[in-house]
Amino acid sequence: MPDKKQKVRSLQREPLTDAQMLMFISIGIFVVMYLAAMLTLKGGFLKPQMIFDLLNDNAALIIIACSLTVVMIGGGINISVGGIIGLTVMSCALFLNGCMIESSFVSILLTFLLALGIGLAFGVAEGFLVSYLEIQPFIVTLAGMFLARGLTTILSVNPVKVTHKAFLELVKVKLKISWLGYTAQNGNLIPAKIEIGAIVAILVVILMALMLRYVKLGRNIYAVGGNRQSALMLGINVKRTIFWSYVISGLLAGLAGFVFLMHKPAGNASVALRGEMDAIASSIIGGTLLTGGVGNVIGTFFGTMILATIQKIIALSPLNASWWQEMANGAMLGFFIVLQSVVLSARSKSRIKQNSRKQNAPPVEEGPPQTQ
Amino acid sequence: MNTKKKAGAGLGQLLIPLVALGILIVFNLFRDLGFFAISMRVNNSGNIVLTGNLISIIDSASELAIIAMGMTLVTAACGGQDISVGAVGAIAGAVFVKILQGMGAITVGSVLLGLLLCCLATILFKLFNGTLVAVFRIQPMIATLILYSCGRSIAYWINGDATPQLNSPIISSIGMTIPGIPIPTPIFAVLLVGLLMFLVFKFTSLSLYTQSVGINAGAARLNGINPTLIKLLSFALLGVCVSVASVIGVCRLGQLNHKTLLVDIEMDAILAVAIGGNNLGGGRFKLSGSILGAYIIQMLTTTLYAMNVAPVNVKAYKAIVIIIIVVAGSPVVKSKLTEFWNRTRSVRQTKELSKRGVS
Amino acid sequence: MQDDIVLTMRGICKYFPGVRALNNVDFTLRKGTIHALMGENGAGKSTLIKVLTGVYAMDGGEIRIDGHEGPIVIHSPQEAQHYGISTVYQEITLCPNLTVAENMFIGRGSGRGVDWKGMEKKAGEMLNNLGIPARPRQQLGSCSLAVQQMVAIARAVDAECKVLILDEPTSSLDDKEVEMLFGLMRELKSRGVGIIFVTHFLEQVYAVSDQITVLRNGELVGQYDVKDLPQVKLVEKMIGKDLEDLSGIKNNAPAGSENDVFYEADDLSSSESRPFDFHIAKGEVNGFTGLLGSGRSESVRAIFGADPVTGGTVKVDGKQVKITKPLDAMKHGIGYLPEDRKRDGIIADLSVRENIILALQVIKGMNHPISRAKTEAFADEYIKALNIKTASTETPIRSLSGGNQQKVILARWLLTHPQYLILDEPTRGIDVGTKTEIQKLVLKLAEEGMSITFISSEIEEMLRTCSRLIVMRDRKIVGELTGEELTQEQVMKTIAGGEQ
Repeated sequence: MPDKKQKVRSLQREPLTDAQMLMFISIGIFVVMYLAAMLTLKGGFLKPQMIFDLLNDNAALIIIACSLTVVMIGGGINISVGGIIGLTVMSCALFLNGCMIESSFVSILLTFLLALGIGLAFGVAEGFLVSYLEIQPFIVTLAGMFLARGLTTILSVNPVKVTHKAFLELVKVKLKISWLGYTAQNGNLIPAKIEIGAIVAILVVILMALMLRYVKLGRNIYAVGGNRQSALMLGINVKRTIFWSYVISGLLAGLAGFVFLMHKPAGNASVALRGEMDAIASSIIGGTLLTGGVGNVIGTFFGTMILATIQKIIALSPLNASWWQEMANGAMLGFFIVLQSVVLSARSKSRIKQNSRKQNAPPVEEGPPQTQ
Repeated sequence: MNTKKKAGAGLGQLLIPLVALGILIVFNLFRDLGFFAISMRVNNSGNIVLTGNLISIIDSASELAIIAMGMTLVTAACGGQDISVGAVGAIAGAVFVKILQGMGAITVGSVLLGLLLCCLATILFKLFNGTLVAVFRIQPMIATLILYSCGRSIAYWINGDATPQLNSPIISSIGMTIPGIPIPTPIFAVLLVGLLMFLVFKFTSLSLYTQSVGINAGAARLNGINPTLIKLLSFALLGVCVSVASVIGVCRLGQLNHKTLLVDIEMDAILAVAIGGNNLGGGRFKLSGSILGAYIIQMLTTTLYAMNVAPVNVKAYKAIVIIIIVVAGSPVVKSKLTEFWNRTRSVRQTKELSKRGVS
Repeated sequence: MQDDIVLTMRGICKYFPGVRALNNVDFTLRKGTIHALMGENGAGKSTLIKVLTGVYAMDGGEIRIDGHEGPIVIHSPQEAQHYGISTVYQEITLCPNLTVAENMFIGRGSGRGVDWKGMEKKAGEMLNNLGIPARPRQQLGSCSLAVQQMVAIARAVDAECKVLILDEPTSSLDDKEVEMLFGLMRELKSRGVGIIFVTHFLEQVYAVSDQITVLRNGELVGQYDVKDLPQVKLVEKMIGKDLEDLSGIKNNAPAGSENDVFYEADDLSSSESRPFDFHIAKGEVNGFTGLLGSGRSESVRAIFGADPVTGGTVKVDGKQVKITKPLDAMKHGIGYLPEDRKRDGIIADLSVRENIILALQVIKGMNHPISRAKTEAFADEYIKALNIKTASTETPIRSLSGGNQQKVILARWLLTHPQYLILDEPTRGIDVGTKTEIQKLVLKLAEEGMSITFISSEIEEMLRTCSRLIVMRDRKIVGELTGEELTQEQVMKTIAGGEQ
């Protein structure tokens, strides 16, 4: 009999954790915003292609936002991801153009490995400095950003367009889904198009979500971000965990660079400029806390989509100007940050009350009226 | 030996930046003695001014040094950094220019009024940041990310269009040199702000309050300190620093470019704070360290320019030097070095002892 | 190695800059025994444990553990676990953002994956067996502190552990929970686990332990069987001199009379406490008592304005005043030594000097800084007066031992020359010697006319120092005891609600 009771107890639904709460808020807001856009702006927003466009245009951002989320959950920060994209795009473009290898498959594979290699190198170096030498992550990755940007301009000050034919063919490859398409005015059916990069980005989100939940490293990252000292006492190798979080982050940034190149096959000094800040903003909107230990990549994905949708809405509205977009971004970020802060503090307050009430049995009847 | 230890402890966090500065100077001495040459020359507006790399380093580091001071305070009190100083600087510049243009003639009075109002506006923006940090308990970097991403757009919106010009001898006196005085004016601005800070710390116990709040805000509150107020104050002071720096920046060029005014200065300012040996997690701080950090960064940049490194490539070399400095200052490396030092010393001592024993 | 010995430590040495924390210490633990590790603060107990768990690297000596040939070197808590040494610390060292089940299993086991189902099932069984009121999927941060502590113990119990170290595990538990913990300890003992039990509560040592090892000033005093070492002798060994009879400390003053009242509150309430009436006379020592969570700390926090005050009237020296924040209280001559020294008391990175002058400086105001020379003089004066052991006035307070940190906080308030001092658990987690010193100081200050409210979990301490006890239960004042009523029995009765 007690067995049954126990089963019931362990299967009982837990109340939402803070992290889940924040994620659901951002998913909810994305849905509301998108519906509002469909109703008011109509046009493109009524076609499924709009969602695919958002994915296609922001694939690299989604990947580096995941990269940032992993590091931020571990209590760190990585502001070099934008720089790494810039460097990867430039190096890959130069490599492809100068590539003498006959087989186009091999040359593209080598380019891909080059992209990952650059990301990995940055990740390993930054991870080592942050974890084993205990240098402040902000400074280490700031230096990483300077280095990446500097190396990019050392490679070439002028924009470099990819001329490699096979790669340009690859760029054009798109997954076409006809049933999600629409009929153009001339009667032709135009299928929905998804770029390879967007698929890669979705895969990254899924992989990272699985990693953070079902791989020990993932849980260790949460533990380290939640309370470093405790994690150490729990027998977690804190330094190694932090090291790996940066390696993953760097690797993803390199991958994002390759994805970027597949979307826009040209390198220049300002590729993904301030990309790290967009990534941080996406993570935060998705419910990741900079203090560490809280967040997940699904939320981050929706955070990115929220930012992307705002951009689209403004682009389609009469306010189409870059400075309006920036202001809208800022306002949205501000709104989310304050909302999160209010929600979290309200929840922790009610939790404390619940706990103390549980311990002090009698219900408060004649308690003082509690203002605020 | 005891006294030596004490002296070393007093120097403490300044040791690494001083050594870094020393190495930079020595490096330049060997590279090119002429690097340090200072000469008099007549500038475009007919004034006699001092020129030379040293002057240019000290001159062009002015904005950075001023902002680094404010950044140190915010770092100490809030345990985080303000990454919107560049963007808010652009707003400050826009306000300054708007007021001067609105008043028509540029006189000393109108410039002062412009500075004052621009100061007020900046403080307001910084208090917005500060409120998010102190009242809503949001991490400084996140709270300032908002203005970081839209500050320059606000600056653009204030002035409407591209690059408004300010042409007046008063403006160039502020940005470059005052006729008759051969030293660039921005240097005086740094001295003035530095002196102001010094006096504030001398005649109030703001330093103790700030550090207490930065280390343990809860305990500080139970000792009667109002952490919210102290955090807001640190942001307000940073606001003053930003507005002064931004006015210098505008006057230096005689025009406002909302896209490039004080661009990326937040990164350099945070770097200056870190190179100065301050903990980016808040608490204990030394303003002198951050100022030193600012000049190290500028000296490095100027040295690289002098070595014919293209301006766009400077970042890469800067990154390497930064890494070397922070690695040398990292607690792990420090403790390893002290361990090594102690071991060699004890070996030496035992050798000496055994020698004595033999004799 | 003898058969029943599970752990031997020989000649352990550990040095910190300027301090000899452990000097040639031996320690032997037998299977299936509970071994109390005793000593004053700074005696080296924590250091010894940290060496054993690999937090510190030792500078000399050797450790042997059953099942491993030859001496072993432990570099990290993880390695310690690998050797079968588990620890439960006083501060909860779990991750609040993870679930209860995760906290029990993270950081151990092989493989790279996480088996959520298996883990949660196993955790559920264990929690059930031990009667711990937590659900496996619950976020740890949403549990009460006591439950979190119990989860930590469940975690340690789960490991294939030979040596279980309990470092002050009882300091945040109430009596019932302590009993439950003791039951658990006896159960483990019967399974052959060797338990090292570190605590400041002497009664608890005698309730469960088999053997006692005493350390003093980083050196071994000796290892004894409990039956050979009566309590008085133990205290002697710990402080290294014949204990001045504690019973000599006694507050003989009558409870303060109604007309000499210094502080008076009517219907005072804060966001954390329910309305209550309270008064204290000049030179009176009174105390709030009750179980953990009864609202005793919340009440004094309301008096000091530490939590937002929501109602009531307050009179200081007969005049009605408004105290809504700590600074108001301080300006009216009230000082408050908080319950949680680490969280609310010390400013860890500031020097001893700065910690001492902080409150006085704040009362004077930011615009009137005290000169450096003066602050140094103040610091020197109080370091001497309270016998604070510190390398210099400029030492960061965090490098001091708990008892000395507490004295620094005490000095901070004494320097403001308060007329009314609130001491919430000033003796918690500090050594017997300092405890005695603090109690004596309280009585001396009261004699000089200071009003003092004294709170302690140890009722005996309160009976010794207070002339009036206010008893709380369920966040309400349920009784007031003075004079003849001040007996342990009577207090217990009132706390338990045993009115006939």
